[in-house]
Amino acid sequence: MPDSSTALQTPTHGHADDPALLHHFAEPEQQRNAASLGMWIFLATEVMFFGGLFCAYLIYRLKYFGEFAAASQTLNWQLGTTNTAVLICSSLTVVLAIYGAQRSKRALMIGSLVLTIILGFAFLGIKADEYAEKFEKHHVPGPSFQFAEKIPGHPDQMADPNHAQIYFSLYFVMTGLHALHMIIGIGLFVWLLVAAVKRRFTPHYYTPLEMGGLYWHFVDIVWIYLFPLLYLIDLRK
Amino acid sequence: MATAPAQPVERENYLNKRYGLWSWLTTIDHKRIALLYLLSVTSMFFIGGFFALIIRLELLTPQGDLVQADTYNKLFTQHGMVMVFFFLIPSIPAVLGNFLVPLMIGAKDLAFPRINLLSWYLYIIGAIMMLHCMFTGGVDTGWTFYTPFSTAFTNTKIVEAGLAIFVTGFSSILTGLNFIVTIHRMRAPGMTWSRLPLFIWAHYATSIIQILGTPVIAITIVLVAVERTLHLGIFDPKLGGDPLLFQHLFWFYSHPAVYIMILPSMGVVTEIIACFSRKRIFGYSFVAFSSIAIAVFGFLVWAHHMFVAGISVYAALVFSLLSYAVAVPSAVKVFNWTATLYRGSIHYDAPMLYAFGFLGLFTIGGLTGLFLAALGINVHVTDTYFVVAHFHYIMVGGAVMGYLGGMHFWWPKISGKLYPEGWARLAALIVFIGFNLTFFPQFILGYVGMPRRYYQYPPEYQVLNVLSTAGATVLGIGYLLPMIYFLWSMRYGKPAPDNPWNAAGLEWKTASPPPTFNFDEEPVVTWEAYNYEEIDAGHKEEVPVAG
Repeated sequence: MPDSSTALQTPTHGHADDPALLHHFAEPEQQRNAASLGMWIFLATEVMFFGGLFCAYLIYRLKYFGEFAAASQTLNWQLGTTNTAVLICSSLTVVLAIYGAQRSKRALMIGSLVLTIILGFAFLGIKADEYAEKFEKHHVPGPSFQFAEKIPGHPDQMADPNHAQIYFSLYFVMTGLHALHMIIGIGLFVWLLVAAVKRRFTPHYYTPLEMGGLYWHFVDIVWIYLFPLLYLIDLRK
Repeated sequence: MATAPAQPVERENYLNKRYGLWSWLTTIDHKRIALLYLLSVTSMFFIGGFFALIIRLELLTPQGDLVQADTYNKLFTQHGMVMVFFFLIPSIPAVLGNFLVPLMIGAKDLAFPRINLLSWYLYIIGAIMMLHCMFTGGVDTGWTFYTPFSTAFTNTKIVEAGLAIFVTGFSSILTGLNFIVTIHRMRAPGMTWSRLPLFIWAHYATSIIQILGTPVIAITIVLVAVERTLHLGIFDPKLGGDPLLFQHLFWFYSHPAVYIMILPSMGVVTEIIACFSRKRIFGYSFVAFSSIAIAVFGFLVWAHHMFVAGISVYAALVFSLLSYAVAVPSAVKVFNWTATLYRGSIHYDAPMLYAFGFLGLFTIGGLTGLFLAALGINVHVTDTYFVVAHFHYIMVGGAVMGYLGGMHFWWPKISGKLYPEGWARLAALIVFIGFNLTFFPQFILGYVGMPRRYYQYPPEYQVLNVLSTAGATVLGIGYLLPMIYFLWSMRYGKPAPDNPWNAAGLEWKTASPPPTFNFDEEPVVTWEAYNYEEIDAGHKEEVPVAG
């Protein structure tokens, strides 16, 4: 590959037979390890990013447990469970896509990528439906927020709407940021799908798929924590 | 260049390989990106310095005559925000670190060159947002933007400033990520962990803080922004929210951020002290692991900023003790540097003068930090000029001294030109005198009770304030000088040899300035770091040099 005229394209040398090897790496193995370590470090920053929210959740749940339980019961746990299942399935399809790349099973790889994107949209659709319900019930924090529920287990005690509003604030920020990560993830997988269709991935080079997969699993795991924390606080009636 | 110079044709290097603005804006060479950063952080430094200048001029007299209270509030807020987020945090890692990390470990580039360029663009976007915010209204909360003032009361541009810091934070995260991966995966053959220059260890520790701390301030800013725009109530006591939670989240990042500023500077000073005392660094592994220890302990002391905010006395006790603990690794470093100097053959070149300045000023800053970590004294001096003086001794006396020392030390490598040594020594002296004249009076002012962030003060504080303002003027001249003679040297300076200091370290074994891929042949390391005794004894193990 000759030196390109644009500065952004990097010249390769040495391993001219491997177009995926960038100029500053000695061998493909080193490049793959670097990408993998970089991705894990990025995920560590994501853990800290969501960590701040989980910390806030923990504090207010301890402080206002009654209101959190009352607010949690207004969520639709059936939809939440469905979405959990959707995400777990999508993680499976991601793994199948990588397996397909490793074993040169092109149809499996492309089919799995398409399925992953569809499942991602399904999750967002269900989430949007849940958000719409919050708007109808005036459960969106802000000036028009209303909340008139009793605290579970205390039939004579009304939940403080201000404290319930904190629950819904956290609900919207946490699930909203999660949804934003899902949207970015879908964009990423559309890009991976295009690359797969263009035959960019081989059994020797599928690093982007693997990295995209790591990201997708991480977003999935965040939901696995959000689901019980937000939906299943106190299901006893 | 119209006339052909008589000297032989210049060797191809990273500076003359391509020309034109576009070649710089699209570069993925870590050395060029370092220079892009140098230009940007220097600009931000002088903007932040301009705010400081107005502050000091206002404080020349006890009355509020130059600016009014509202303007003054915005001035100190913006001085803090620019200096912390746009100068101190990126300064050494993004300029010297970017330039030197691959060179020092014998790599061709950082692991992710495109992400490196992206981080500079994020920095620029953040800086433009911040400047736009400042010149269209500004922020008046102090750089800490405490709630509920920032979320419910002030009508200045909190959200815009917050987003600027958010974006710049990602630039910082990406730099840290790049360094960690590079140090793990890109070392040259033979460059074991125990042979790494301590500059690298310091940057490794810094990067850990950058990647683990910065996301927390990012989410905190998101919460402040949504709370302010949508009136959520997470930090609003009226709705049952807890403003202290904001302070916890804020300082969870912003205290370790102090170590993002000082650790790289410590790395620079280690390199300089070893080179200019011509000795192996005393206690290599202690210095290396004290960097990691500072990064770890640095995460455990944040609530010492909140002793009077209403946290429990038991929590305060624990945080006070932990704050003492973090002084231990810092002291380990100071003692090791001193022991390195002992019986060294000391040369008083400009970088070494800055290193000496760092040693003294950092020690004063660190020791006064211990005063502040003591609960009783803390209550007495909280929010006074004592605190202001303390952290300026660390950040300006420590971090900026190290940065300037490093700029002088590696300038021949970066530019391929020698700076004028006499002027440089003079500037180092002016900076040292100006700094102490500015900030030492503030210790006294704070101790006798002058609070920070006020634009007026009782007349009995005037003498000390005048001293401080006079010092700031001297300091300003001291900072302008290097900028002038560095620029001068780029055109008129003598060409630098590859190793003008006869220093150890791989970066000195390639050309000055280095070729685009750093080394013409991949270096193989067979020697320990700081082998100055061997170098001076004439057993130079040279890697073949370009040419």
